[in-house]
Parts: sequence; C-alpha cells; structure tokens
Amino acid sequence: MKAKGTVHRYQDNVDTDVIIPARYLNTQDAKELASHCMEDIDAEFACRVNEGDIMVAGLNFGCGSSREHAPLAIKTAGISCVIAKTFARIFYRNSINIGLPILECEAASEAIEAGDEVEVDFGTGVITNITKNETYQAEPFPEFIQDIITAGGLMASINKK
Amino acid sequence: MGMTMTQKILAAHAGLETVKAGQLINAKLDIVLGNDITTPVAINEFEKAGFDCVYDKSRINIVLDHFTPNKDIKAAEQSKQCREFACKYDIDNFYDVGEMGVEHALLPEKGIVTAGDCIIGADSHTCTYGAVGAFSTGVGSTDMAAGMATGNCWFKVPSAIKIELTGKLAKGVSGKDVILDIIGRIGVDGALYQSMEFVGEGVKSLSMDDRLTICNMAIEAGAKNGIFPVDDVTREYLDGRTKREYSIYEADDDAEYSSVISINLDELVPTVSYPHLPENTHPVTEASDIKIDQVVIGSCTNGRISDMEAAYEILKGRKVKKGVRVIIIPATQEIYKESIKRGYLEAFVDAGCIVSTPTCGPCLGGYMGILAAGERCVSTTNRNFVGRMGHVSSEIYLASPAVAAASALTGYISDPREVL
Repeated sequence: MKAKGTVHRYQDNVDTDVIIPARYLNTQDAKELASHCMEDIDAEFACRVNEGDIMVAGLNFGCGSSREHAPLAIKTAGISCVIAKTFARIFYRNSINIGLPILECEAASEAIEAGDEVEVDFGTGVITNITKNETYQAEPFPEFIQDIITAGGLMASINKK
Repeated sequence: MGMTMTQKILAAHAGLETVKAGQLINAKLDIVLGNDITTPVAINEFEKAGFDCVYDKSRINIVLDHFTPNKDIKAAEQSKQCREFACKYDIDNFYDVGEMGVEHALLPEKGIVTAGDCIIGADSHTCTYGAVGAFSTGVGSTDMAAGMATGNCWFKVPSAIKIELTGKLAKGVSGKDVILDIIGRIGVDGALYQSMEFVGEGVKSLSMDDRLTICNMAIEAGAKNGIFPVDDVTREYLDGRTKREYSIYEADDDAEYSSVISINLDELVPTVSYPHLPENTHPVTEASDIKIDQVVIGSCTNGRISDMEAAYEILKGRKVKKGVRVIIIPATQEIYKESIKRGYLEAFVDAGCIVSTPTCGPCLGGYMGILAAGERCVSTTNRNFVGRMGHVSSEIYLASPAVAAASALTGYISDPREVL
C-alpha cells in the first residue's frame, strides 16, 4: 500500500483541541468534523486539502484529549498519511484503531517542507520526497499492529478472531 | 530484572509471570469508562461490528459530564444515544444528570475504581486513578468499544520515570503545584509513552485529593499513566468505599527506570502555566502584572472538596474584584452537597462568584464560561492550548484553586500566601 500527495506542514505539539475544537464535538458526523479540521491554527486547511495529501509535523503530534474525532477528522479531510517525529500515545493508538496510517520518522520530519510532493510505501516504511529527490526510512509497524491495520482497524480484527 | 508497579499490574492482567518495556500484550480490564462525547462514537463502532452484548455490565461506566446538562440539541442527541445504550444493556454504572459528576472525581468517590485495577477510559484524564494504586489510562472510542465487547485491551508495556518525593508541601502549595512543576521540568512530551511512578517518603504527606490531581495531569507530560504506591492514606480512602477486593502491587527493588527525578516538596511554590502549553510554568510571584477577566475553579483536576475548601479559605468574607467573572464548579453531587453543608457555597455567592452543577463545560470550551477574543482566564483545569476555552486569541493560565481564588480578589494573578 502506498500514499502520494502534497504536504501540509505543522510544528511540534499539535494538540487535538486544534485538530478538532471541542465546540464541534456535539456531532460524530465525520464530514462535518473534517470541515473544521485544523481551523484554529490553519483556517484554510479544509479548503486547501486534496484527497491523498500528507500531513507532516514535529514532536508529540496529537497531544491532549483522547477524542477519536481528531484522527477521524484528518482522515475524512482526505489526508492519506501523517508523518511526525513522535505522536502522543492516545492519538497513535486511535489512528491505528480507525485505520489512519501514521509513521514516526525524525529525518522526514526534519527535511520535508510545506508543498513538497511525497510518496510513502507502508510496506517498507520508505518515504520518498519527490520534490527534493530524497528518501527517508521510517520504522515499520510491529506485526501485532500490522495485523490490526491489515484487518481494517481494531473492531474488524477482533471480529476476525 | 525486576518490574515497575505498572508492569506488575499489567503482567497480572495479561496472565504473564513477567513483562518488559516495549512488549505488546493483551490485558483483562476491570473497568471501562466513557463520557457523553466519546461514548456515542464507541456505541457506533460497537454496533457496526455487530456486537449484541457487553462483556460485563457491572464493569462498564458511562458518565454524562462534558456537555451536560445539555448545552444544545446535538449534545442532547448524544446524551440520548448513551442513555438508550445504557438502558438496552442494563449498564449498572450509568450516571445521568442528578447523579452524575465529573467522571474522574465521581469514580473514585463511588469506590468504583480501586487498587490493583487495570482500567481504560475514553477520556485522556483516565490516568487520574493511579492515585489509588491502579493502572489506568486514557484511550479512544474504538478501544472503549472493543473493551465493552471483549473485556480486553492491547497495550505496549511502558517504561517508567521514577519520581522521588521528599519533604512536605507548605501552606498555599498543593498537588496542582507539584504536577505543574514536574511538567515544567520535563515538558509536555517528557514522559511520552511512559509511566510516572511516584515514590519516596514525601508521598505520605500528600492527601488522596493531591494524589488524584497529580495523576490526573500525568497525561499533560505525555505519560501513559501516573501511579502512587498503596499506603495508609490509600487504605483509609478505599476501606469502606471500594466495592471490590483490592490488590496491592509494589515495584521490585531492582525495577529499571528510564530516569529518576527528585523533588523536595518543601521547596515548591504556587506555580502558574502560561499559554499555550502546560509546560510554560512560572512561579506565581512572576505573574503579578497579568490582568484577568475570568476565574474557573473546578474540573476533574481540581473540583474536589479540598479544592472547594482551598477556595473558601481565601474567598470567605471577601469580595471578588469588580470586572472578574468567577465560576466555581464542585465536581460531584456529593462535593456539591458537602460544600453546602460547610457553608462554602453561601460564601462563594456572597463573594460574587457563581456556582454551577457538576459539568466539564468550560474546561474544554464546551459552555458555561466561553472566553471572548483577547480575554484571560485563571483556571484550575488541565490544558491551556490555543482556543481550548473559547476564542483562539484568548489565554488560559493554569493554577491551583488557591491561586485562582486569590486572583479573583485582585483581578491580577496573585499569590495565595499573601491572603492566607
């Protein structure tokens, strides 16, 4: 499985309150959530994002609240993969559980800039920056987690068992 | 090599002799929790996956606390969905308006969570229950759905930071200042994926309310959980309250820690976290020129009876500074009632504060105290992110109930030690 798209770039400690502000948590409608995604730090994101685009950030992406609405809003907005130096742990497991691909890669996070064209190979963990003609190696997921992703998320993997 | 306290609890719940940091395990759950924001998403996942029974109706807890009493029609629909689910599956611990409280104040108070438990909650502050010697961590709605269906959850066994406490807190300094100080030292990702294990002779001087506040904000340093050893303070709190037999786990003498932090409680001072991250800590004495518009005293961090008491000691017989709006929210019905009995609520109203029924409302910018552009709030809550309590240009200063109450009197961030 591969993802390819234009990069939307953010810094360290992007919290779930800015990914999807709590004032919109009175709905579970994924499209409505996506329409407000990132609006408190990047008001134009929802208009600018195209299907398949990639989000790149620094340390501790998705810190704060456990709201699963956050990865859901990002996924529904069209983002095909989030790359960061590190993820906050609840955001990390929520993303795996709902099937939003995420990769930890310090080198990619350091080098990739807003607007770069990037391709991600989830099988090998290789991230290719087409614009800069560079590649970076992310740690692939452990088998236990790959099984959840392959099954299509946590609930599907439980049902399989 | 020995195990940490957290690792011992996880090993026991995974049916393993030993576990080590980094290992992926499946553990049995004693308690599964959700609220009116996260439970609807969990119900959808539960039903979509085709489940038609819960693993144990006595172990599932649904607390309607975030947008309740409902703030709008959509919030009311979400509460209704939770109510219908709780009724359909005959959930024992379903707490609606009239019985509910802020979840992380309510569950310990009711004796639902206890020492040795393995707990997940679809709320990031579920780490609060480490105060009673449980392993407890926040997860998302899909984990809650899976937990309700199977009674199990997958975990990556965490390494731990050992936090050695000595000394005793001075007057006007509280558990809130301890945890803000730690987050200021290590940063908002300083304990990422790790446990924070509190040990040392300083532990015994901390009340259960202080411990609950400290563990509550472990997540603000990125931690998976915070945990205190079980001692006389724990036993006194749990005995006669807890609904189940509890188990005591202790870290091995040769347990491995990724780092050790030593804190002398004698040296701590009232601390304030400036916008827009909890790690931006300053001693209160540096903040005296910051003018404020609003004060919030409450939340899962600081809405307990000792927090109400700390506010009362400062506000009784005095008047809130004109132009400052002060919102006080006892976190549960029991705390509300006890505050009435002790005369706290009358003193708060006489001082010019308002008192609300239990709700998370303002902490996450839900309702009951939203901030306008450029407004500043001193809040006893747990997060000061951009836009958390309202407009993106509003500012939140995190502090203890004592600092918040002292600031209410002057209209500037103030040192409670000058008023006490």
